[in-house]
Amino acid sequence: MGQQHLQPNVNISLNDKPVRKSRWLSFMKKLTKNKAAIAGATVVFTIMILAILAPLIAPYDPTHIDMSKKFQGPSSEHWLGTDDKGRDILSRLLFGSRISLTVGILSTLLGAIVGVVLGIVAGYYGKWIDSVIMRICDVLLAFPGLLLALAIVSILGPSTTNTIIAIAIFAVPTFARIVRGSTLSVKKLEYVDAIRAMGSRDTRIIFKHILPNITSPIIVQATLYIASAIITASALSFLGLGTQPPDPEWGTMLSNGRSYIAQAPHITLFPGLVILLVVVGFNLFGDGLRDALDPKSKK
Amino acid sequence: MSDLNKNKILEVKNLCTSFFTDEGEVKAVDGVNFFIEKGKTVGIVGESGSGKSITSLSILRLIQEPAGKIVNGEIVFKGENLLEKSKKEMRSIRGNNISMIFQEPMTSLNPTMTCGEQIAESIRIHQKLGRKEAKEKAIEMLKLVGIPSPEKRVKQYPFELSGGMRQRVMIAIALACNPELLIADEPTTALDVTIQAQILDLIRNLQKELGTSLMIITHDLGVVAEMCETVAVMYCGKIVEYADVKTILTNPKHPYTIGLLNSVPRHDQVYDGDLPVIKGSVPSPFNLPKGCRFVSRCPHAKDICHNQLPELKTMDDGNQVRCWIHTESWEKQEEEVASNS
Amino acid sequence: MLTFLIRRFLQIIPVMIGVTLAVFLLMHLIPGDPAQIMAGEKADEAQVEQMRENLGLNDPLHEQYLRYVGNAIQGDLGTSIRTNRPVVNEIFDSRIWITMELAFWGTVLAVVFGLIAGIISATRKYSFADVSLMVVALFGMSMPNFWLGIMLIYFFSVNLGWFPIVGWDSWKHMVLPVITIGSGGAAIIARMTRSSMLEVLDNDYIRTAHAKGVSERLVIYKHALRNALIPVVTVVGLQFGTLLGGAVITETVFAVNGIGRLVIDAIKARDFPMVQGAILVCAVAFVFVNFLVDIAYRLINKRIDLN
Repeated sequence: MGQQHLQPNVNISLNDKPVRKSRWLSFMKKLTKNKAAIAGATVVFTIMILAILAPLIAPYDPTHIDMSKKFQGPSSEHWLGTDDKGRDILSRLLFGSRISLTVGILSTLLGAIVGVVLGIVAGYYGKWIDSVIMRICDVLLAFPGLLLALAIVSILGPSTTNTIIAIAIFAVPTFARIVRGSTLSVKKLEYVDAIRAMGSRDTRIIFKHILPNITSPIIVQATLYIASAIITASALSFLGLGTQPPDPEWGTMLSNGRSYIAQAPHITLFPGLVILLVVVGFNLFGDGLRDALDPKSKK
Repeated sequence: MSDLNKNKILEVKNLCTSFFTDEGEVKAVDGVNFFIEKGKTVGIVGESGSGKSITSLSILRLIQEPAGKIVNGEIVFKGENLLEKSKKEMRSIRGNNISMIFQEPMTSLNPTMTCGEQIAESIRIHQKLGRKEAKEKAIEMLKLVGIPSPEKRVKQYPFELSGGMRQRVMIAIALACNPELLIADEPTTALDVTIQAQILDLIRNLQKELGTSLMIITHDLGVVAEMCETVAVMYCGKIVEYADVKTILTNPKHPYTIGLLNSVPRHDQVYDGDLPVIKGSVPSPFNLPKGCRFVSRCPHAKDICHNQLPELKTMDDGNQVRCWIHTESWEKQEEEVASNS
Repeated sequence: MLTFLIRRFLQIIPVMIGVTLAVFLLMHLIPGDPAQIMAGEKADEAQVEQMRENLGLNDPLHEQYLRYVGNAIQGDLGTSIRTNRPVVNEIFDSRIWITMELAFWGTVLAVVFGLIAGIISATRKYSFADVSLMVVALFGMSMPNFWLGIMLIYFFSVNLGWFPIVGWDSWKHMVLPVITIGSGGAAIIARMTRSSMLEVLDNDYIRTAHAKGVSERLVIYKHALRNALIPVVTVVGLQFGTLLGGAVITETVFAVNGIGRLVIDAIKARDFPMVQGAILVCAVAFVFVNFLVDIAYRLINKRIDLN
């Protein structure tokens, strides 16, 4: 039948553009078109800049106690009011952003690096090493939600550093699974076989061919993971098992304000709002990245 | 005239269906006219993107809004314009009076429902039968489309069947309510060659048995030769040639149709080297030529072809062609060119 | 189906071995001498030595592990340092049931609201309802639940006085904690349902259903939903785990005496047998729920094979 000879000419679709743009350009175009992603990115970068500039722009010393000024509501002097020890809430939130962002980003980075290495090793080499790594991930994932982080902190003791370690360990199986899946699908592609047949070394195949192909899902997952890492970190602090007072961590501030909820709700309200804002920012940005990087997504 | 109208089961008049994308409007179907007589078979031929599938989806009004929309025209089925029907009236026609078979038997069946359930569903909707009667009818339909041990198959899920079997199930669904018109959109494209012949035989036999009118969408001239009485060739949303099957296969007029025919391998001919193919590719729907849409690939293209879209002209034998070659302007141009040089 | 059940059950075993091993090692990873910790900080040398002997800490590690697992299977998870009662009793007398109740209603809330919102969103894509529901879901997903709990207390208990502030006695006590624990899951399930539903509605068989003359309602509920639920079911299972973890926070905020609060108190009091026991019980519960979810998954999706 003649169809084989008719078909090759007919690969047009409604999405075909006259000019083929480079992947980076089309990614940026998709991303900048996505208003939600832009809003998310704006929030994220604003908070980052504020965190960096905190010592310069914070109106007060975040740990300075002044009992004569305790429980003040928002005013021109203290924009977001003062807490139970008369400390300026705005200044504490600004300095707190340094802790939360550091914990969120560092723990994700750490977890992602370890997860990516384990995922590639498992996916690329397969066999027993794959089984061992995946079973370890299964075990880590069997501890539901916060409990794994709690267990780790219970061993290491409460502190900011240990919070980072706990959340990083918590992140490893998530990344390892995603990377293993992507590595397997890239490995299945015929050209990887061809390269290997030509005698390329494993490290070269991994760095030149597999890693570039799996960066998109990793970046998306990492961005979204920072959001939940920030929440988890503040939850640990809220429970008294994360960053220790007097450091102005958002969760700690919330936990502290809780006792005065009836007389001074603003002590609790503002830290929560800031966490919400930052997490929404990372989530929006991550969603936008995913849509822009996903070849399947329409538009 | 009224006699002719009585025989027409379906008449499509000036159908225009567009898709609205970020880059602008795509006129997927642009002023298409054709009709189907009772019990007869019409083939719509063209490459992907020619608008042939969109034409068939438009007839059942299955174009997904708001991305796509039927912007103009009439679809007259048994004397009534389907575009004026309410959603509810349309539903009672779909699967009942007009049925459709799709290209991909692998994905066109619901993976979480048994074959029996899927056949029985349309019987229950349209014939208001009970669960048990509908199931019996479903078994009967499976038998009719030649599926062995239908009592067993009726309880199976699509993933348990081969591609050919699934297409038979699709046909059973489509014919379950004895429709007057069956639209088959590339019914055999996704199947193996041997299965293709079986499915075509099945459709043809059932058509004879049940007296169904048939509209076949295909890019395969072999299917056309075997099944159709009339053929409409589409290119970029427009019909370029509309004629009886014999004319299309033995004496085609439009250069595109000629190109299509030449690219089909024939066993009575010897080729040295490659098969002839139509050079170039289908223009982007956002960037259609001003004149004839086939101009960029046409071996005979002249100035007039670049500048002006030809009309669909009815020839002496009643067949229609959309090409300047078959108009008086063509000869005039020939003379002009001759006198200029 | 029976072979599926057996094979899936066998898959649990290595996970269980890993989980018990991890919980067992918890004791040995703590900086310091476990015997000293168990005996208490004021214990003298002889008491610590006695404790070491009692706990069998002088035996090789693998023997200790096997004994730990053997005891756990027989329902012996050690003795709490803080209360001097068996850990099993501390957990199962009332704590775990309160948490299960909380997690169950939280899951129900998450599934019901998540599914409804997801379906509404998907079927009215880009409408006002869709956009607002998805904005709410985004915020619900991003909200720290301890803050949500405190704010609910502030508005509904302190200001309006509709619900009691703390405790776990009547349905009135349960409303705010259940909202606190379930809202995040509801948001995630809503987003998941929407995207899964939209993907399914794009399928060829949906077009087939329309071509058969099936009504819009039936297309959505009979043809699309069943397929769209397949990925959602997995998320529900994972959500149950997140919920168990969330119980730690919710129980702290609302002063509910469940297992979550037990863990926190135990960690703060360095009552390690208690920490070990509670975490082990939660992990086993989670593994078991995932087992049930896989069976449900198998029931609605007959195509998958266990690889």
